[in-house]
Order: sequence, then C-alpha cells, then structure tokens
Amino acid sequence: MSATDTTEPTRRDILYIATGAVGAVGVASFAWPFIDQMNPDASTRALAKVEVDISSVETGRSLVVKWQGKPIFIRNRTEKEIEEANAVSLEDLKDKIARNENLKDSSAAATDANRVVSGKENWLIQVGICTHLGCIPLGEQGDFDGWFCPCHGSHYDTAGRIRKGPAPENLLVPPYEFLSDTLVKIG
Amino acid sequence: MSGHSAYVPKSGFGKWMDARLPLARLVYDSFVAYPVPRNLNNWYTFGAILSLMLVVQLLTGIVLAMNYVPNTTMAFDSVEHIMRNVNYGWLLRYMHFNGASFFFIAVYIHIFRGFYYGSYKNPREVLWILGVIIFILMMATAFMGYVLPWGQMSFWGATVITNFFTAIPIVGDSIQQLLLGGAVVANPTLNRFFSLHYLLPFMIVGVVILHVWALHVTGQTNPTGVEVKSEQDTVPFTPYATMKDLLAMTVFLLVFAYFIFYMPNFLGAPENYVRADSLKTPSEIVPEWYFLPFYAILRAITFDIGIPFTDIVLINSKLGGVMAMFGSLLIFFVVPWLDTSKVRSATYRPLFKQFFWIFVLVCIGLGYLGAKPAEGIYTTLAQILTFWYFFHFIVILPVLGLIEKPKPIPASITEAVLAKNGVAKS
Repeated sequence: MSATDTTEPTRRDILYIATGAVGAVGVASFAWPFIDQMNPDASTRALAKVEVDISSVETGRSLVVKWQGKPIFIRNRTEKEIEEANAVSLEDLKDKIARNENLKDSSAAATDANRVVSGKENWLIQVGICTHLGCIPLGEQGDFDGWFCPCHGSHYDTAGRIRKGPAPENLLVPPYEFLSDTLVKIG
Repeated sequence: MSGHSAYVPKSGFGKWMDARLPLARLVYDSFVAYPVPRNLNNWYTFGAILSLMLVVQLLTGIVLAMNYVPNTTMAFDSVEHIMRNVNYGWLLRYMHFNGASFFFIAVYIHIFRGFYYGSYKNPREVLWILGVIIFILMMATAFMGYVLPWGQMSFWGATVITNFFTAIPIVGDSIQQLLLGGAVVANPTLNRFFSLHYLLPFMIVGVVILHVWALHVTGQTNPTGVEVKSEQDTVPFTPYATMKDLLAMTVFLLVFAYFIFYMPNFLGAPENYVRADSLKTPSEIVPEWYFLPFYAILRAITFDIGIPFTDIVLINSKLGGVMAMFGSLLIFFVVPWLDTSKVRSATYRPLFKQFFWIFVLVCIGLGYLGAKPAEGIYTTLAQILTFWYFFHFIVILPVLGLIEKPKPIPASITEAVLAKNGVAKS
C-alpha cells in the first residue's frame, strides 16, 4: 500500500497506515460492548449466599436447595454410605481430584475425607449438576448407591465421585461453612 | 448456463424499468426461460419444497411472535394462550411446530439426493458448501425455537446442548456463560434465544439466495450425472419445472396438512407440555427426531482417548463425544474432495450405490438408537454405527473412486432418456 512510486516510505504512507490502525481499533472497541452484553449481568453475578437450616434432614435423607440458580444437594449420609465411600481405592476412580472448592489445594486427592468437612463426615454437600452435560442426577440410584444421571448414564458413588459413564469429573463441592450444627452457609 | 438474456420487455414501462433496474429480466432469466435438464425426477423437487417451507416458517413465526412472551415467567403460559385464546392460534402454532419437522424431512431427502447423484462434485463444490451452511443454520434455528415454549424438554434440551461447550478445554466454561448469560439456563438465555430465533431465518434466506445463485451459475445436475451438452438436453424452467415443483409441493403439503389436523403432536415430546423445572430433570431427555442421529453419535463416545498403557488422557469422553457430533456434520464440507470418483451419478456406480444405501440405513439406525436409553446393547450398536458413519466418508468414498469400475456412461442426457424409453437413437 504505497501512495507514490518512491522507493522510500513517504509521509503519506504513514498517514494511511495510522488512519487505518485507528479505524481498526475503533471498530474493535465498539464490537466489545455488543459481545460483552451477552455475559452474565450484574443481577445474575451478584453472588448470593444461602443459609440453610439442616436440622430437619435425618440420617439417610437429602435436601435440595437452590444457590445461584443451581441445585445444591445436601445429604445426611448413613454409616454404610460413608464406609462404602472409604472402602474405594483411589486407583478405581475415574477422576482422582477432590473437586472441593473449600480445599486450598486444587489437586487434592478424591478421598472421601477431602469431599467433606472433618468431624461432619455425614454431611455431603455438592452442586447437583452432572459434570457431563448439566442434567440433575437422581439420588440413591445407580450401580454405586450414590447418584445416577438419567440423561447419558453417569454413575456417582456415595461420595459423589464419578465411577462409570461419560461424565469426566466428580460432582463439584461448592464453597460452604457450618455456622452451627444445624445451619450451613453456602457461597 | 448464465448465457445471454432472452428477455424482451414488451410494454413501455417494462422498457423504462429494464434500463434502470432489470429486476423483471432477472426473474425471467432465472425462473422462466432458465433451461433445466429434461430428465429431472421427483427427487429434484425438494429444493422448491424447501423454499416453500422456509416461507411457511417465516410467516407463521412472525405472527406467533406477535402473541408470544419471551420471559421465563410467562413463556409457557403465552404458548397455551396462543393455543386457546388467539384466533386460529392453534393452527398457526401447529403449522410452525410441525413445519420444522417437515422442513427437516425435506432437507434430509434433498441432502441424500445430493449424495446419490453426486451433486457436490466439480464444479458444484461451492453450491454444496452453501447448502451445508444452510443446514447448520437450520439446526441452530430449530434448537433455539424448541427452547421458546419453556417446557421441560425445552429447558433440559437447552441445558444439555449448551453444556457441549464446557467440553472445550480452558475457555469452555466462559463460552457457555457467554451463551447462557449466566451459570445456568435462565431468563437471559430465553430472551437471547428468542432474538436469535427471529434473526437466523433471515440469514438462511440470505444464504439460500447465494445457494440458488450458485445453482444457476453451474446449472442443475440430473439423474445421469452427464452435463447438459445441447439445447436438446433441456426444457425451459416454465412451465416444465414450475409445474413439476407445484405438483410436488401440493402432495407434500397434503401430508403436512394431515399431520397438522389429525396428529399435530405425533412428532413432539409430551414432556414439553410440562412447565420447565430447573430442579427436576426428566427421566429421559430425547431431542426432536431430526437431531437423533447426531445425538446417538454424541452418546456413543463413552471412552477416553489417551496414550495407550499410560494414564494420560488426550481427549476425555465428553470432549470426544462433542467432537464426534460436530465432526459428523462438518465432514459434509469436505465431501466434494473425499469422493475421488469422476462419475457423478450412483446410477452408473454399482458399488457406490450399495454403500449409499448402507449409509442411509446407518443414519436411520443412529436415529433409532438416539431415542433409546444410553446403556447396554444400545451403546455398543451406536458405537458400531458411528464407526461406520465416519468410515463411509473417510475410507469408502475415497477408495471406491479408485477401485470401482463404473458402468458405461451415456453420451448425453437425451441419449439416456431415449434409451430408457425404448425409442431408437435419433
């Protein structure tokens, strides 16, 4: 792109290129708002925290609450379920990472202890969204007595770890803390 | 075939207009005097049928949008409102709803016709590629339209399909958020899907214009696959093709009308008359019938692909399934270069003809398996058929062109027609 047939670049060549560059930056900067408006808006982003009273959930029962539009499974596990989860060797797991957002180490091993809070091993709290394609698994079903996703046949065990089927990861454990023995804050 | 124009304006206004905007000339040259091969059979009428269905969907969609509310609290009710209160709302919605299915019936016949008669071969590669783009736009439009009634299948179908994108490494989650406008399918999702569902059909119209333009540059193929060689091989578009297309449209519309009036919900899932519930996944999520073969391919990949004898996973089963599904569609783009045979029509390719019908059965089989639960023998069968689907494109098409001995090809369309009708060669 040269304005004249001189061998050296002229002042006019530089003006052409500079004008073109300003135009390109202008187009790009005005394209961004049109794309970014599709991202989650402020009201969606507002990080809701939910406090849940779990006193009514007896051993062997579950509760589903909504957090940020997602279902959260809160399960009061039986002794048998905890034993089953502990009996599994890490070698048998499809996803060997705990997927617990409360742990500092994001690559911690997917042992049962790493999926729950120490001292409250009976409470398993996780995001109830299958890590395959986002369906909601059904509780106390499947080949491993945990959860079973009917959409594409993923089986999770009693610690919410993927054992069989197309899902790649264990069910996610969301950030949460126990405010008291009966009150848990999610988020 | 874009030869000289035969249009002669008759009236004074016609001459005045022709010198300023020769629109009448364009229409005359493209749809009246335009020469078409004299041996086109009924399978060649589906292009016209597809244009008609596009118009049906546009018209019914525009009036439905006058009564529909794209908001999660009201969408489901507004569809019932259309069905019960709006004058002829039931008819317009059933036309639109069944129209989508009939649009896909026509497009699948049109695509298989293209495969059978080698319509994608030199010099029609661009024509073919434009067709594949239309097909992909149709699928996107149909998917987003299915979300709008906000039933259980709408919601969970949208959830599953948009989760495909989370399979992409690193940026997957961000892309999904950008599409949904949140972490899950919710009101922002419904709103934008409505907007895009309204936009995409007009983009389809644009690509259809390019498709027809490309068709009129190269001319149509025909059942012999032999190019038009003389005027003797052709007949004028009007009245011959016009009348043939109108007859086919009428028959097609009769079947369409039968569905609308006597079995309007036969092709839909009853589950979608249940309001969307974000806490309860239906026991089985089945997409609309026209997506079933692709859905079966998605679910067939249940295994990770990695380096043998190590724990290293290159492509996990989720990404693998999504890649196979998109791959099964994207492979259409390169079919003109995968098929190495110089002979167009399957009529003169005895081996290809057999493999074509096997491929048709494989696609139907995948459709059947897509509607079945993903377990046991169904998964194994889906894996075998998925393998064959790709094997057909990647191995059979290139190899057949090299090893197959085609039957003798007629010298011209006219010769083939006369030979078939038992008339001595003139």
